[in-house]
Amino acid sequence: MRIVIPVKWVPDTAGEKQIDPDRLTVDRTSVASVLCPVNEFAIEEAMRIKEAHGDDVETVVLIVGPEEAGPTAAKALSYGLDRAVRVTDDAVAGSDALGTAQVLAAAVRTIGFDVVLFGNQSTDARTSLVPAAVAELLGVPSITYARRLEIADGALTADREHEEGWDTVTSPLPAVVSVVEAINEPRFPSFKGIMAAKSKPSDVWDLSQLDGLDSGLVGADAARAVVTSAAPRPPKAAGTVVTDDGSGAAADALLDWMAEKKFV
Amino acid sequence: MSELLVLVDHSGGQPRKISLQLLAAARAVAGDLGVDVAAVWLGPGAADAAGVLGAHGAARVHHWDDADAKGFVTVPQVEALEQLVAAVAPAGVLFASSNHVKDVAARLAVRVGGGVITDATGLAVDGGALVATKEVFGGDVITTSRVADGALPIVGIASNAFAAEEVGGAPAELVPFDVTLSDAARTAPVTDVVQQASADRPDIAEAAIVVSGGRGLGDASGFSLLEQLADLLGGGVGASRAATDAGWYPHRYQIGQTGRTISPTLYLGAGISGAIQHRAGMQTSQYVVAVNKDPEAPIFQIADFGVVGDLHQVVPKLIAALEARRG
Ligand SMILES: Cc1cc2nc3c(=O)[nH]c(=O)nc-3n(C[C@H](O)[C@H](O)[C@H](O)COP(=O)(O)OP(=O)(O)OC[C@H]3O[C@@H](n4cnc5c(N)ncnc54)[C@H](O)[C@@H]3O)c2cc1C
Ligand SMILES: Nc1ncnc2c1ncn2[C@@H]1O[C@H](COP(=O)(O)O)[C@@H](O)[C@H]1O
Repeated sequence: MRIVIPVKWVPDTAGEKQIDPDRLTVDRTSVASVLCPVNEFAIEEAMRIKEAHGDDVETVVLIVGPEEAGPTAAKALSYGLDRAVRVTDDAVAGSDALGTAQVLAAAVRTIGFDVVLFGNQSTDARTSLVPAAVAELLGVPSITYARRLEIADGALTADREHEEGWDTVTSPLPAVVSVVEAINEPRFPSFKGIMAAKSKPSDVWDLSQLDGLDSGLVGADAARAVVTSAAPRPPKAAGTVVTDDGSGAAADALLDWMAEKKFV
Repeated sequence: MSELLVLVDHSGGQPRKISLQLLAAARAVAGDLGVDVAAVWLGPGAADAAGVLGAHGAARVHHWDDADAKGFVTVPQVEALEQLVAAVAPAGVLFASSNHVKDVAARLAVRVGGGVITDATGLAVDGGALVATKEVFGGDVITTSRVADGALPIVGIASNAFAAEEVGGAPAELVPFDVTLSDAARTAPVTDVVQQASADRPDIAEAAIVVSGGRGLGDASGFSLLEQLADLLGGGVGASRAATDAGWYPHRYQIGQTGRTISPTLYLGAGISGAIQHRAGMQTSQYVVAVNKDPEAPIFQIADFGVVGDLHQVVPKLIAALEARRG
């Protein structure tokens, strides 16, 4: 069984971000970047499946991103995954979520897969479109928002989280899965894992190496969702602050404010 | 006349609140686009909802009554919409930007050559095309975007961005349509639906008021206090990651960068420091109230009203005062 784990290189949420006025997106040179934290749950789940199923499971981390995303592969491998593929090509720049999905789907097809394990959302774009779009392109079920995943005998069972609880579903393999934070507690990479990552196979492909990719559907010119302006959020005016005397009496001032704003 | 389709998100035979907001969003642009507003209802129940959908401005409701719509994961809904889009050639499709519905939008876009914008907080028409406003990077940046010429616009609307409004329309005309499902649409069955949420308390995405608790609550019992407060206000209950990680409250109520994004009219945080990862899920709330004993807590930087104090004193007093007001 082969599990492909697509992971994204994202700007650190805690970093101050500058907007690039020409490209209308975050200037990635202005902010430190990290392995998307949600992907750590997908990596952990892949490791657990590998540990439960033994050596016939191969885990492959997949990144679509520029040269600078390189360290993300080493980071992902340090958790214990087997090998990495990074797709780097200038033609990918400016892709929207569906364009990125085209590249990911072609790369997954080229690698060969039984399960693709995504994070449910990236912490920067947060569209949550990529996993389902990749599933559609691969022609397989999209079992997204999994808070529990079990794989046995060529099929999976998952609990898909939603607003009111969850749906339990089953699906044959191959399938695309995305996981939410509730699914597990990721381990930390061990020193051994970090050292071992350096000698694991790590390939860099360009678009010409991907099976069945229509490159006309990739990149800025093919983007079907086009950003036309971007501006920082205006700063918020300072609010009222009251200090309680220890008795809880400040609740009255809060209630007055709520009444003034018609919340009560 | 061409149509702007509104995909109704429904549960237990009722349209979710967001669906009525979607109709308001559609009405806001229908005139400028020169289109009718039409609802789409997948699964049983459209006939009972025709009244409310019409009252909110849907001229008709295209419906497919088959239980398979919800009996299998996502693909039946995608195939139904794909076939409807081919039949009526709509000007666009609006959907609720909630998790499971986004999957439908993504797969539909691949099939019909659509362009998807998620989480729109505003809609306008410019040169005959839909333009969407949305907040990105945790609300730090506001963008406008549009769908490329020739691609079907498939636009997800954020909760509470538009106010649902009854406009006094007649019941929506019921227009059934047939769907031919592929075998692939029936490969991933839903075997159980677990409803955990209280039926009386709104979900945090829908609620106009969200009361949210963090590590400062001290333990899980702090959430019963917040539930009492929320129920008095008709609000929902959310949590920080510190609280969900500790197992005090379920993960689906986690607000923040790895949880959910909410934009209620009022967010009231108790015992939450307001870390950037938390703010990324709530800073677009219209009003923010914070109760925190640390005057330096970052949540106060974005609070419209802050109480520096012990929540175990302040929140019970607030509950008592609210109860007294009710009489
Ligand atoms: C990759 C990543 C993703 C993350 N994603 C999220 C996310 O999605 N959502 C999220 O919330 N966090 C997220 N976090 C965690 C975030 O950084 C904070 O650690 C978390 O939000 C803190 O939760 P808290 O405010 O409840 O706890 P704390 O930061 O510990 O704050 C508790 C607050 O309660 C106050 N307090 C204590 N006792 C009382 C009392 N009796 N009365 C009043 N006030 C009191 C304290 O003064 C303090 O300010 C993420 C972190 C990382 C690294
Ligand atoms: N450029 C990328 N490379 C690899 N994986 C990606 C990329 N973009 C998105 N993903 C995956 O898709 C998931 C959902 O992202 P999104 O649809 O952007 O919210 C992420 O958690 C990643 O697993």
